Amino acid sequence: MKEFATLINALDSSNKTNLKKEAILDFFRTATEKDKIWFLALMTGKRPKRSIAIKDLKIWTLEITGIPEWLFIESYAAVGDLAETLSLLLPPPAMLIEKSLSEWMDEIIALQDATIMEKKVFVLRSWNTLNTVERFIFNKLLGGSFRLGISAKGLINTIAHYANTEASAVAHSIMGQWNPHEVEFDKLVKGAYSNTNRSKPYPFCLAYPLEKTPEELGPITEWQAEYKWDGIRGQLIKREDEIHIWSRGEELVTTQFPEITEALNQWKGNFVLDGEILAVKDGRVLNFSELQKRINRKTIPKSLREEVPISVYLYDILELNGIDLRNEPVTYRRALLEQCYAANPPGALQLSLLIHAADWSALQHIQATSRTLNSEGLMLKKKDSPYYTGRKKGGWWKWKVNPMSIDAVLIYAQKGSGRRSAHYTDYTFAVRDGDQLVTIAKAYSGLTDQEILEVSRFVKQNSLEKFGPVRTVKPELVFEIAFEGIGYSKRHKSGIALRFPRILRWRKDKTAAEIDDLEAIKKLIQ
Amino acid sequence: MIRFTSKGIYCVPGKFYLDPWQPVDLAVISHGHADHAHVGMKKYLCHHFTVNILRSRIGPDIQVQGLAYNEAICINGVRVSLHPAGHIIGSAQIRLEYKGKVVVFTGDYKIQDDGLSTPFEPIKCHELITESTFGLPIYRWESVEAQNERLQAWIKTNQSNKKTSVFIGYSLGKSQRILNAVHEIGPVYVHYSIAKLNEAYSMAGIKLPDYHIADLKSDLKQLDNQIVLLPPALLESQLLQKIPHVAYAICSGWMQIRGARRWRSADAGFAISDHADWTGLLQAVRGSAAEKVYVTHGQTATFAKYLNEIGVEAEEVTTHYGDEEDPQTQTT
Repeated sequence: MKEFATLINALDSSNKTNLKKEAILDFFRTATEKDKIWFLALMTGKRPKRSIAIKDLKIWTLEITGIPEWLFIESYAAVGDLAETLSLLLPPPAMLIEKSLSEWMDEIIALQDATIMEKKVFVLRSWNTLNTVERFIFNKLLGGSFRLGISAKGLINTIAHYANTEASAVAHSIMGQWNPHEVEFDKLVKGAYSNTNRSKPYPFCLAYPLEKTPEELGPITEWQAEYKWDGIRGQLIKREDEIHIWSRGEELVTTQFPEITEALNQWKGNFVLDGEILAVKDGRVLNFSELQKRINRKTIPKSLREEVPISVYLYDILELNGIDLRNEPVTYRRALLEQCYAANPPGALQLSLLIHAADWSALQHIQATSRTLNSEGLMLKKKDSPYYTGRKKGGWWKWKVNPMSIDAVLIYAQKGSGRRSAHYTDYTFAVRDGDQLVTIAKAYSGLTDQEILEVSRFVKQNSLEKFGPVRTVKPELVFEIAFEGIGYSKRHKSGIALRFPRILRWRKDKTAAEIDDLEAIKKLIQ
Repeated sequence: MIRFTSKGIYCVPGKFYLDPWQPVDLAVISHGHADHAHVGMKKYLCHHFTVNILRSRIGPDIQVQGLAYNEAICINGVRVSLHPAGHIIGSAQIRLEYKGKVVVFTGDYKIQDDGLSTPFEPIKCHELITESTFGLPIYRWESVEAQNERLQAWIKTNQSNKKTSVFIGYSLGKSQRILNAVHEIGPVYVHYSIAKLNEAYSMAGIKLPDYHIADLKSDLKQLDNQIVLLPPALLESQLLQKIPHVAYAICSGWMQIRGARRWRSADAGFAISDHADWTGLLQAVRGSAAEKVYVTHGQTATFAKYLNEIGVEAEEVTTHYGDEEDPQTQTT
């Protein structure tokens, strides 16, 4: 496992993409064929079924070390990763034994039908032959998700560089169904087991935020207006009866949305469509948080399909029967899209609604109320514009409604996990309720690393109480919290729930006396 | 005999303070780090080796008296003596004896022998005041040999990749340890603030390997492919990135945790500390045979709770030492 441990270490040690790529390429050069295959399998979610519960690993660690459970919890809070906490608590190994990644994987797979006692013997013996880093990797291999310090896209780009081929082709080749025991690494990444031409996506056309007034765009008649949705932008490809769905991050998400595949199966011809993947129930677009339940799952249970049904709002058509339409104007492509839609059963697909308004002020009125539909605002597309490659100024604009925001005071802080485990990064905020404070939102993002350090230091010096890993903080620091939606909620003490709360900015200019009042905030609810 | 006050740890019959953070008449100082030795005391008492460190850090004109390890003096009827703490050069546990009762204040300490500081000696006492910087069982240091091998191996890899090896560590204690560990691999360039403290070692008769003072103002090229030691203050500076082919490593106990290493995103992080690890803290408590333990800075609540559970009466006390678990300012 030496090469793999070196790779993990190298990926952890840098935030420079180039160095990370270099480390992966080094691994491809030095690791054995089988280890490379397993590396890919693990990175693409093809890990074997978990055969040991992490709870058992924890119990065995407590047995071996004799530390009380509360101390384990404190340790976990400081480390932020269960597999790593175990690896650090266990006593040093009696001796070191080197086994390759694939040997470990084979042994772990062989464990699936073993009794719990056999599993325990295997785990305890293994722990006793591994150093701390290898033990951490071993614990990760046994279960949990393995997050490398590189994005899926970064990994795919690196492999594309290695295989001297296109990133989208690599994504298609490695995402598909393959068995680690049956394929060869080089052949796999070079696309020998798949026809990557059929899945090849186009780069998405992206919009800039509208910063001027819409009147400055010229006559409204030159513009096509649609709602802007907060879902997953998707490219739907059907060529020679093969269906592929790409997300905007150029990840293949075909298997995650069976509703879309089922609908496209009924469509005739070869085509490439652009649309927004959304959770839509009873005609209403659901919060992104609902859609999130459907993302990154290996299997989609029937109950989840019923709870969070998927629809695609179709925006555009980029290719029809082998002809690239991207240079045709918006109006032409829209007409073609409508024709295709009319000729096929809709299934989970719908056309994105075109919004007609007499003038900009009428459209502005529609834009301002778009939040009632769970839309983020409007998209404006110049009627004569092509489907650009990437982001170009002029053709497409996103005209979003402003986020709502409130001023709230920090009252609880907790350490983050993973990279953030050394600092207090997870915050709970409160607003005024009469002469009391009431919690209104939790937020984890929006501050710079430097600001997090500063807040973290404040938390350490101003902790009033400790509830396990949570610190009660002197209510002093004021933050502006932005959110996309607000509604009544019985689950929250304040009686309201915010959608996507995040820290907009640290209001160092404000004191806790100036934070917002709960009654005033309730008036924001429509 | 002891009272924890807003100025520092006060010895009631002796009428003096241990490592006070507010100005007092007489301060007995455990060691020369800034969070333990503050400015403004009328008189300082510390180990001989710490005298020059205080003079250079606080001012040449301070009134300071040096003591040897195990040498005792009497202050208002309290017998005061200093004993090796193994933290840095001159670091001492302060032993107080009054009417047959013994209290020991550890200051900062470590059990591992770093080869430069006088090694820690357990002192029997009735009451122990101990630090708890790394008071969680996840902190367990490798042997000094293994740590040194890691440093050397990292430099060798850098050398073969034509990289400059820069180590970031506290200028008093850590830097000298690294210098001692890596000098055989190649010439070592140190920041002038480190060189200044190296002299405290020479004056104490502790021989350090040869080193060069890095000229960071005009000639950064000279550092290319060499070994360089810098204090943590330079971590956030532009200078670090201007060093040709730089690869930099942070040497600190906090680097034990993957999250901390990734947060810093240095090229390497080495868990090398001048504080006791979990086992070391427990060893010191057991070695003292104390009936009562006061836990100062660090993981105070956790460590005190654990001691109570294993049958040692303990409570946490608030002091101004350390800057709990903050890799930004803390590179112990």
